[in-house]
Amino acid sequence: MSETVLETRGIVRDYHLSGGLFGQGRTIHAVKDVSLKVEKGKTLAIVGESGCGKSTLARIITMIDAPTAGELFIDGEKVDITANRLSAEMRRKVQIVFQNPYGSLNPRQKIGDVLMDPLVINSDVPASERRDRAMAMLTKVGLQPEHFNRYPHMFSGGQRQRIAIARALMLNPRLLVLDEPVSALDLSVQAQVLNLLADLQDEFGLTYVFISHDLSVVRYIADDVMVMYFGEAVEYGTRDKVFSDPQHEYTRTLFAATPRADVESIRKRLERRAA
Amino acid sequence: MPLLEIENLVVTFDTAAGSLRAVDGISLSVDAGEVLAIVGESGSGKSVSMLAVMGLLPWTATVKADRMAFEGRDILNLSAAERRRIVGKDIAMIFQEPIASLNPCFTVGFQIEEALKQHMGLDRKARRKRAIELFAAVGIPDPEDRLGHFPHQMSGGQCQRVMIAIAIACNPKLLIADEPTTALDVTIQKQILDLLMKLQAEQGMGMIMITHNMGVVAETADRVIVQYKGRKMEEAGVLALFETPEHPYTQALLSALPENATGDRLPTVSDFAFEDTPYKGGRA
Repeated sequence: MSETVLETRGIVRDYHLSGGLFGQGRTIHAVKDVSLKVEKGKTLAIVGESGCGKSTLARIITMIDAPTAGELFIDGEKVDITANRLSAEMRRKVQIVFQNPYGSLNPRQKIGDVLMDPLVINSDVPASERRDRAMAMLTKVGLQPEHFNRYPHMFSGGQRQRIAIARALMLNPRLLVLDEPVSALDLSVQAQVLNLLADLQDEFGLTYVFISHDLSVVRYIADDVMVMYFGEAVEYGTRDKVFSDPQHEYTRTLFAATPRADVESIRKRLERRAA
Repeated sequence: MPLLEIENLVVTFDTAAGSLRAVDGISLSVDAGEVLAIVGESGSGKSVSMLAVMGLLPWTATVKADRMAFEGRDILNLSAAERRRIVGKDIAMIFQEPIASLNPCFTVGFQIEEALKQHMGLDRKARRKRAIELFAAVGIPDPEDRLGHFPHQMSGGQCQRVMIAIAIACNPKLLIADEPTTALDVTIQKQILDLLMKLQAEQGMGMIMITHNMGVVAETADRVIVQYKGRKMEEAGVLALFETPEHPYTQALLSALPENATGDRLPTVSDFAFEDTPYKGGRA
């Protein structure tokens, strides 16, 4: 039987803007009534344009931000960060990788410390063992042990994203939230990072929530796909169902807008142009 | 006669660690009414070679070429004043970050009229009329009102439309678009690409599209140059390039596209040995 790692029921997140001294305040509904379920070892991709609420949803799932309404379950356990403080164990279960590997690493912190910090904060692994674990993780994500004492500026974008992934994996999480992990990377490096994510998923049975705006990447990596539009989940289903038979108007617009790189489409375009 | 002709362009930068060759012997030519795409990863020198054409490189850069001519006229050894007469008028450029490339302190109307004043010598009334026409042409709703807006009041897609309006303000013969849609959402990307292609066809401009996105290449280009580490790897017609890529690097790039994935792992560029394969010459 498969186990459900992540479940949300009717998640809502509102942001209140004060209108200043004389103006009327406003409420922005960033996420509206989103329910989803991800099973162990599976990948859910969340697709949408900037401002559609996908990153807000990621923050809620990662327990950084509290939902205005709705329930969040991690491993079947209900989480409410406003009511009680999160246990270290809960913190360990969910980790996040951010979009920009140039911004998400402290420029003054050595890579070794980047990797050992989560252990210091959220576990009681002794100092002697922390170093070994960090070394092992470096090789696992395709870096070398000699990178341990280097600073982030000495690495390329792809290597930095590997470091960010390694940091997220240090606590053996169950669920990894990936917020646009490859959109800042070149095509060839993107392929390497996607392969690494697939390898790690196989090895550790990781569950991914993969946030992206790139449909070709989503189609390659996802088991389930959710399309968000202005805070609402307008489409949610298995990858094949969503891609072969999109129900919502917006999903179809999104597919139509994605550039096609196959020979047939190019030939058609050139014919149109010649005419 | 081609619109822009470059032969054996070399750009080096003086750095603390010695000189760095960013562009290493690139030759290219663009005809009027043609769309040439230059594809490559970051660091392949695709932007630097175009900045060299525009004369926008910092003083640490040294530009050398056997020939660099626009409409048959040498543009390599121009004085700054002579260059300014061509750049912005006959050759215009659009940059990647629309919000960052507009000046936040002035209204968009001022910025477009500045270009018209500099190059077209129109009076105040005529400038305003032309600016409204241009905004309408690039699909900005309510153009008269929008002229008084500042860049921060507009979205990224709208700012890119303003940039395009400024670029085409003086009816350029060559438009260089440096990753014009990389910072934008896919649906906005589609609108901007459609707009660029429409303007290109209407005005018969030559266009150079710099991008790292193979999808954008497939949707816009007539001819493609693939660049890696400052060198040309392959040059071919767009159909030939996608149908029968000849150079191993091009093959690697195309097979790393997730939509072309066959197995459960993607082939990566490092799986292909390509660095020693020389450039074989262009094809149609």
